Amino acid sequence: MASESITSTEYIKHHLQNLTFGKLPDGTLGLAQDPEQAKAMGFWAINLDTLGVAFLLGVLFLYFFSRVAKNATINVPGGSQNFVEWIIEFIDTSVRGSFSGRNKMVAPLALTIFIWIFLMNLMDLVPIDYLPVVAHALGLPFLKVVPTTDPNATFGMSIAIFILVIYYSIKIKGVSGFAGELALQPFSSNNPVIKTVFIPINLLLEGVNLIAKPLSLSLRLFGNMYAGEMIFILLALMGGAWAVASVGNSVLFGTQVLLSLGWAIFHILIITLQAFIFMTLTIVYLDMAHQEHH
Amino acid sequence: MNINATLLGQTIMFILFVWFCMKFVWPPIMQSLSDRKKQIADGLAAGERGKQELELASKHAAEKLREAKQRAAEIITQAEKRSSQVVEEAKEIAKEEGNRILVGAKAEVEQEVFRAREMLRQHVADLAVAGAAKILHREVNAKTHADLLATIKAEL
Repeated sequence: MASESITSTEYIKHHLQNLTFGKLPDGTLGLAQDPEQAKAMGFWAINLDTLGVAFLLGVLFLYFFSRVAKNATINVPGGSQNFVEWIIEFIDTSVRGSFSGRNKMVAPLALTIFIWIFLMNLMDLVPIDYLPVVAHALGLPFLKVVPTTDPNATFGMSIAIFILVIYYSIKIKGVSGFAGELALQPFSSNNPVIKTVFIPINLLLEGVNLIAKPLSLSLRLFGNMYAGEMIFILLALMGGAWAVASVGNSVLFGTQVLLSLGWAIFHILIITLQAFIFMTLTIVYLDMAHQEHH
Repeated sequence: MNINATLLGQTIMFILFVWFCMKFVWPPIMQSLSDRKKQIADGLAAGERGKQELELASKHAAEKLREAKQRAAEIITQAEKRSSQVVEEAKEIAKEEGNRILVGAKAEVEQEVFRAREMLRQHVADLAVAGAAKILHREVNAKTHADLLATIKAEL
């Protein structure tokens, strides 16, 4: 990218644009060639890169894990089984620690979240221009390789979790129990009149509380990954004019390499942490949905 | 960066992945983990049991050993008693035998003495008869003087 005469703004914009498939202005279906076209496609368009990379990583994860699960032996485990068991025990411990209810779905859900998000985040460590350059050679106008820097991906997952939270809240507590939890807390009174007065206030507070769960979940992941990606883009931009050989430029290039390396090492921590936070909060939210209190 | 249908795609994909994981990944691995846990627990329990059995067996063996020792000691005492008894009996028998031999020998000796005396008496009688015959210068008819001779013999 850098060798072409494009401005920094164009470079950044290019990196932040998904490969969007939808209805073009002339009425045909196709790939958006610039951000304006992608925007014009409206809601009924698909980010092929986000879905594609997420799908590939998910399939990779499930293929590896299910192959190990299929060949699992109770005797001395081999290397990959050891690794998988280590992860599974770690997830199992986390779930047991935070989730008090009985639900067979929570632990596999946590495992999927942790590994899948970790892998998606991991794509951030692939040098920033490699895959887009390959994509460009294949004729694709854009490629954003990290699915978690696309709010669609993070919101997509948190919406699924939100649905689960609502579903289990109603299943465990009943419609009236769940509604009561929303309407009669945190303020309550023994006087029926005051109780009625409190209902809208409680609804507002608990409603915000409820909505904030998926919103914070997805925005936290998105924000962290987006910011991390942004820093990689800026660092790449710093050494961007490297193709024109000069002393100053090679110093810039060296600085880019060093800073990118440093940021990448730090980023390993962030991507793991973000995957773990997403998982833990999901477990906690589902635990709250399963608990009958007050 | 636009919100679009990717959202739905991601949600569906997420649900499918979770479902797959719940169906094909989590249960078999948890199964193998719990199976292994059970196997290890069983092994440990078996080891514990073996240890207990060993303890029991060694206790049993010690008891048997003690019993055997006691029994051996008993047998030895009995044997000693018996042997001294046998010796006593043998002594007794030997003494009796000795006495019997002594008595027999005494009797024999007496008999010998008696016979010798008889012989001597016979000789003396013969001598006396011979002497008398010489004195009378004639032969003493043994037949006619038999009663006389018998009297002499008896007197001797």
